This record gives sequence, structure tokens and C-alpha cells, in this order.
Amino acid sequence: MSPVVLQMSCVAGLLGIAGLAIVLSRAKSSTAIIYGLTMAVSLVALFGSVRSLLGGVPNGSELILPIGLPWLGAHFRLDALASFFLVVVNLGGASASLYGLGYGHHDPAPHRVLPFFPAFLAGMNLVVLSDDAFSYLLCWEFMSLASWALVMAHHRERGNAKAGYVYLVMASFGTLALLLAFGLLAGPAGDYGFAAIRAAGHTPYAATSVLILMLLGAGSKAGLLPLHVWLPLAHPAAPSHVSALMSGVMTKVAIYGFIRVIFDLLGQPIWWASVVVLILGGITAVMGILYAMMEKDLKRLLAYSTIENVGVIFASLGLALAFQANGLKLAAALAFTAALFHVLNHSFFKSLLFFGAGAVLMSTGERDMDRLGGLIHRMPLTSFVVLVGCVAISALPPFNGFVSEWLMFQAVLQSPELPQWALKITVPAVGALLALAAALAAACFVKAFGVTFLGRPRSTAAETAREVDRYALTAMFVLAGLCLLAGILPGLVIDALSPITTEILGGRMPIQANVPWLSIVPIAESRSSYNGLLVMLFIAISASLAVFVIHRFASHALRRGPAWGCGFSDPTPAAQYSAGSFAQPIRRVFGTLVFHARDHVEMPAPGDIRPARLRIELHDLVWEGMYQPIAGAVGFSADRLNRLQFLTIRRYLSLVFATLVTLLLVLAIWS
Amino acid sequence: MVVISDIVVQGVQMLLVLLLAPLLTGFVRKIKARLVLRQGPAVFQPYRDLLRLLRKEVVLADNASWLFRVTPYVTFAAIWVAAALVPTFATGLLFNWSADLIAIVALLGSARFFLALAGMDVGTSFGGIGSSREVMIAALAEPAMLLIFFCMALVAGSTQLSTVADFMASSHIGLRVSLGMAVIALIMVALAENARIPVDNPATHLELTMVHEAMVLEYSGRHLAMIEFGAFLKLLLYISLIACVFLPWKIAVFGAGPLAYAVGAGAYVVKLAAAGFFLALFETATAKMRIFRIPQFLGAALMLGLLGTLLLFVSRSF
Repeated sequence: MSPVVLQMSCVAGLLGIAGLAIVLSRAKSSTAIIYGLTMAVSLVALFGSVRSLLGGVPNGSELILPIGLPWLGAHFRLDALASFFLVVVNLGGASASLYGLGYGHHDPAPHRVLPFFPAFLAGMNLVVLSDDAFSYLLCWEFMSLASWALVMAHHRERGNAKAGYVYLVMASFGTLALLLAFGLLAGPAGDYGFAAIRAAGHTPYAATSVLILMLLGAGSKAGLLPLHVWLPLAHPAAPSHVSALMSGVMTKVAIYGFIRVIFDLLGQPIWWASVVVLILGGITAVMGILYAMMEKDLKRLLAYSTIENVGVIFASLGLALAFQANGLKLAAALAFTAALFHVLNHSFFKSLLFFGAGAVLMSTGERDMDRLGGLIHRMPLTSFVVLVGCVAISALPPFNGFVSEWLMFQAVLQSPELPQWALKITVPAVGALLALAAALAAACFVKAFGVTFLGRPRSTAAETAREVDRYALTAMFVLAGLCLLAGILPGLVIDALSPITTEILGGRMPIQANVPWLSIVPIAESRSSYNGLLVMLFIAISASLAVFVIHRFASHALRRGPAWGCGFSDPTPAAQYSAGSFAQPIRRVFGTLVFHARDHVEMPAPGDIRPARLRIELHDLVWEGMYQPIAGAVGFSADRLNRLQFLTIRRYLSLVFATLVTLLLVLAIWS
Repeated sequence: MVVISDIVVQGVQMLLVLLLAPLLTGFVRKIKARLVLRQGPAVFQPYRDLLRLLRKEVVLADNASWLFRVTPYVTFAAIWVAAALVPTFATGLLFNWSADLIAIVALLGSARFFLALAGMDVGTSFGGIGSSREVMIAALAEPAMLLIFFCMALVAGSTQLSTVADFMASSHIGLRVSLGMAVIALIMVALAENARIPVDNPATHLELTMVHEAMVLEYSGRHLAMIEFGAFLKLLLYISLIACVFLPWKIAVFGAGPLAYAVGAGAYVVKLAAAGFFLALFETATAKMRIFRIPQFLGAALMLGLLGTLLLFVSRSF
């Protein structure tokens, strides 16, 4: 079976499972059957895509189905880039299904989730596989609608209806932008096949418009500022394993679309396109993590951190564009590899963290960090894997997040070669933004882990939490293991990504398998090298040495006692540092500018026994400055137009007559 | 044979930093005491403190978790590995190729990550206040440090610290604006990262005025010894880092033979003493800042680093 046929049969299988889920609907065992089947099919698809990524894709791995536009049909094709993104999609799908085997039993309304879950996966697979604009857009819409249905699964919970509405509006807007982009790409000849688009030349004017439209279309799905507003609403609203898919995988599908169009279909980029992408990426990264820092809802914090990571990926892509436009193939391959590596990494650890948030939600029913705490005692295994995820996402060695960040900084250091002045100024500034985002991410995940899992429990729900089931734990442990593996054996990943850079950019990084000791060397050994395995071994050896020496020579005495409170122990767990108070220093430093943050203290008069209160005022300036005016204008005009609904028949007739006359007049003047 | 001598030299370096670190802190404390006309404890007092802490029992808070008990070793190991990567008396050591400047930043970041978590673990306000302020300082100091390292890497054409040190030692690079900015910014970051005056006060015992000390308030016994030792090592690391890049005087090139190594080690001790003296002098002459002045202080370091990097993007000759 040719690879593309295998992938398409998996998609058909997923769609079949979706149909089966409708039939089984309320059957008791439906959860186990559907997630089990979905996992099996995803694993087959994962295996197939890994094989075609590593083993190369034979030519002619195309499939034309006689559906879609009559003169075009539906084209599907598998190449190295698509294979890589299929790995990301199906790995996420398989782990989310495994997690769902346990998590799904806790769902109050499984029949609202089960049919859409495999359909959503099928939609993401199809987007990556499609090879003409028409099927691309159709599959894109299918993916959006399936995920929308999943966001609305718990539609009675507070805020979810709004989340679904905002998501729907933003998704339609994004698709409109994509539609226009593909319209421009197809040109007057109107050939929608990707092969034809690739072959045709594009005028600078068209290329510019396509870039802007793709930033709007793919960027809104991926969560680029200022189009991110739906993401922190919609991703947390879905069940946790779906949140993991939306954040860890669907944003990647959007990035795939951007890469496919900008790097592949448009051909040689223009240098200043990279300036736009770089600046957008840098700002998105810093703003995303600042939003996350201010958040006290665990799942929303993770969603905002997704925005940060998307910003990081776009900034790397911007660098790759800049190098590619100036013909620096090696540096372009380096930046592009960093972006793809980060795509893979983020799908690992963001899925893991959302699973962890789901586990917390499952056993406590809480997402609000200020009502959690102390879970490390009640849920030791979950805490451990979530800690791994937090370390990985904070870009700390020896885990995978550090490797992609490191590659990206190496790419930044290549950029003095760039001839354009605008790039010479932009790249270091964006490098500084990325460094800031990385440091803030570590702060943010100290907060996320520290407030949720450490300290004393802040509610009875947190006090009585129990460890989650073994399916959920297995899914999380597999992802944590992958985080470590990709961190200590980065050379393997880089080599696996090289067919993509060869295919898209025409250049590649040096073969890492030839480097001794499993180090990675992006350019040359004298410039930079990193060895995750050795770093891990060194840390392990020196830590064990320290432990050995201490336990050999030092006192073993250990006594448990109450925490030191300077003579006044905190009376209640509520007196601990909360999510809001942990963020206070950073809110003071960055928030006064970015969020117009103000702290209001209401201090009762002396003698008054009311408690003092602290109120934190935060403004989401993007929402208030951009979306509210638009929503206001739409509402205002809708109110005005509403009058037309209650006119007499006479007035309607005169309106019809006036319209007719006007149209005729216009026609007369036009011709 | 070559591998064995490599390992020996690397081992000597790792032991040397371990042995010298408490001495450096003791030396700084002694000078500080003498500058304010106190007798001060002996320079070997930190060793005695460590040994005494090792003999004491650990008092663990009731709800301290395994993370709290693991953290001292993890942070110590991360700092020790980072210190082993910084050339002290010779460049081109065995470990140098496994990680570069960016990895050193990240290793120190790991140490801080776990310490900040441990501060949150017991669930007292002291730990929380210390952790939250520590991460705020780190959020500014870390990007500043990365930009400073960009600066060095662009000048030397490498992010390998060994190569950078070799480059600075061998060629006549003269006075450079960007490196001047980098060294000032690096000293500012080093002060902040090591919790020294004017950012934090290592000697204070008023909980609300301290950042780093509040975070580790719950630690005792052997755990505290590991954390204190980590802090000593970190101070040594930063001084070695500044010395090997900006003052590579007499540093031995790899494989130069025992004599050159001995000269390098002697020069290294002299550099440490000089740096320790100036640190003590500076700390005695300055007052601690208010906590929300620190962002301005570190913001200045960040801007200096960015400016230096920008200058190098404009022209390699700055």
C-alpha cells in the first residue's frame, strides 16, 4: 500500500469511528470502544507517517479522489513536510485517545464528545494531506467545526457559550482570509492544485497580499497576537484531552498551513516579509507568556502559554524567511529546523501539561489554582510527570524545550550576515524578546506548578484528591519520556527533519549522526555544540556524588516539625502565596504598562473590624481596544437595521422600488 | 592516554572550584568586616559552617514533599556542572564541548527553578515571597545574561566559552565598545544573581528584606549545607566567568603542560582575590535597593546587553 493510501485509509477509519460513535451514542461501553479504536487507528497512522518521514517518500505518493470540484477532484499528497506534521497530529491523537480511555468515563455527556473526537482527528489529518486549495479549505472548515462542537461539549458551563461563539466568529474570519489567499494564489487561470500554484510565478504584490492574508488566516488559528482572543477561551472550554489536541496539535496544523503556503507555494520569499513575521512572533511570545503569568485558571494559563510558543515558532520561521530570502541556505535550514523542532516539542509538553490539568480537574473538579495546592502528596505520579512537563516547557536542560530554544539562539547568532539594515536591527531585538519570553516562561511554570501542586491544600476538594487512573498516567508518562528522549538525543530529531529542509529550502544542517558522542553541532564544532545526554549524565553523576558523600559523612537525623512562622504561624492555608500574589512582582514590573494593572487596597478605618481587601485591576488592552469597538459597531448597526424588520407593507414596497431604481441607475452608469 | 589526562585535568578543575568556593566567600566576608573596622570571622569560617551544618539534624516542615528534599542536591549538581564548564586555570577542558554559554545560563536557570519551587513547597508566606521575587529578578537577569553572551559570541564567533576565552586571550582585540557594555552588564547581572548588595543582602536576617534567604528559610542541616555550598559555587562561577572572558591573563591553553597549569592556577587565585576584594569594597560602599528598584537596575543591564549586541550587528568592529 502506498503511504498516502495508508494515511487516507486511516482517515477513512477515523471517520468510520465517528459514525460508529453516533450509532453507539449512549451505550455504556461506547467510551472504551471509541477511544480504543481511535488509538489503534492513530497508532497505525503514526507508524506510517514516521516511516515515510524517516524512509523518505516515494515519488507519486499522490491520490486523486473524484470528489470536490468536478473539474479538479480532490488531490491528496504526502511529502516530507506533511509526514512530519502527520507524526505530530497522530502522536497527539494516539496519546489523547489513550488518556481519553480513562478520562472519558468522567465525562457527564460522552455522546457530545465521542463522535466529534475522531472526526476532529480526521479533519486535522486531511488538512495536512490535502494538495489543492479547495480540499484544503474544506478540510480546514471540517476541522474547525469538529473542534467547535468539542468546545461546546459542556455547553451549560459558565463561559463556554461565549467561548464557542467567539471561536466560531474568529474561525470564520480566518477561513475568509485563507479563501482570499488561495484565490490570489490561484491567479486568473484559476488552477487550484498546489502543484500548479507552485509552478506559477507570483507578482510581489500578490505575494505580499498572500502573506498578510495567511498571517490573518493561519495566524488566527495558531493564536498570533492580536488574533489570539478566542484561544484562551476555547481551548480550556473543551474536555482536557481535546484541549491538549487543540493546543498541542491544531495550532501546529495552522503553522503547517503557513509553512506550506509561504515557504513552499510562494517560492523565493521577499526579505521584508520576514521582518513582519519576526516582529509578530516576538511580540506574541512575550505577550502570551505575560498573559499566562497573570492567569489563575490552570487551563487558561496553559492556553496562553500556547500563544507564547506559537510566537516562538513564528519568530524562528521569520528568521528562516530572512535567511532564505538572502540565499543563506545553511542558516535558513538551522532556523527552520529550530521551528520544526519546537513544533514537535510543544506538541509533547503541551499535551502532557493539559493532560495533567485534566487529571487535576478529574480528581478535584477545580481549575482555579487558588483553590488547589498540596497535590504533590495526594497525586504523586501526576505531580511528577507534570513537573517534567514544566521543566521541559521552561526550556531547561536536559529536556527537549531547551534544545529547540538553543537552536533558535544559534540561528539568531548567524544573523549578522544578513545584509538588510532593517533585519540587522530587528533580529537582535526579537532575540531579546525571545530571551525575555523564555525567562518569563520559567517564572510562569514555577507559579503553575508551585501553586497547584505544592504548599498546603486550599480547599477540601484539593485535600481529598486521589491519583488518576492508569490510562491517563500511561499517556502522561509516555509524553514525559518523549520530552526527555528528544532532549538527550536531539541529533536524531534534527536528522529526521533534514529531508524537510532539503525539500522546502534546498539546504540542510550538517548530518548529526556523524558527530561523535551524540552531540549536536549546528554549523561547526568550533562555533557551538551541545550534548544533552552528557549534560544529563553530568548532572546525574554530580547529584549522586553529592548524595553519596552527604549520606556517607553527614548526620542522618531528621525530624518533622511545624513550618517556621517567625512566632506567628499562618492560621489558614488561604494565607499562602496564591496565583495572584505570586504574579505580583512581575505584574508590577510589566503589567502596569501592558495590562494597565492597578492594585487597590481597601483599608477599613481604625476600629472598624471589616477585613481589608486587595483588588487587582487588569485590562486586556487587545480585547478592550480592538474587539470591543468592533463588537460595539456591529451591535450599533444591527440595532439600527433592526428597525427595518417592523415596517408597514407600503414602506417595504417603496423600499423595494427604490432599490430597484438605484440598481438600474448603477447599471446604467456602469455600462 | 589523552582521554585520561583530559579527565584528570577536568577532575582537578571540578575539585578546585569546590575547594575554593567557600574560601572566596570567607575572604569577601573578612574584607567586608575589616572595611567596617570589625575583626570578622576567619576566612575559613564557611568551611566550618558547612561541616557544622552537615553534623546537625534536619528539621523538615510537616508538609514538605519529596521535591523539597531532592532540590538541594539538584541545585547543587546543576551549579556544579555549570561551574565545571567555566574555564578557571585552563581552557579547552573535557566538559567544555558538551555545553556552551547558553547551556550555562539554562543550567543556572534549572537550579533557580527548583529552588523557587522548594520555596513554594512548605506553603508559608516567606517561601512564597522569596520565590516570587526571585523569579521576577530572574525574569530580567536571564535575558540580560543571554544578550551579554550574544555579545561575546558575536565577537569571538562562537558560543563555546572555551573558544571565547581562547580568542580573548590570544588575539589583540583591543578596546571594544560592545565588550565594555557587556562587562558592565555582566557585573550587574552577577550581583543580582548572587543575591549581593544592592539587589539583595546576603547577611540580613530580617525576612521581609531578603529574597534568596527567604526562599530557603525552611532549610536546615545537610540540606541547608548543600544550598549554601551551591551559593558559594555560584559566586565563584560568575567571577571565573568574568575573569576568563575579560581578564584571560595567564590562563593556560589546553594541553600546555603542568607548569602552565600551575601558573594559570596561581593567576586564577590572584584574580579571585582581586575580584573578591572589589566586591567587598563595592558592597561596603553601597546601600541595598528597594525591591522595585531592581527592575530598573536589571533593565539597565538588559539594555546594555541589547545595545552591545545591536552594535555588533551593525558592525563587527565595535
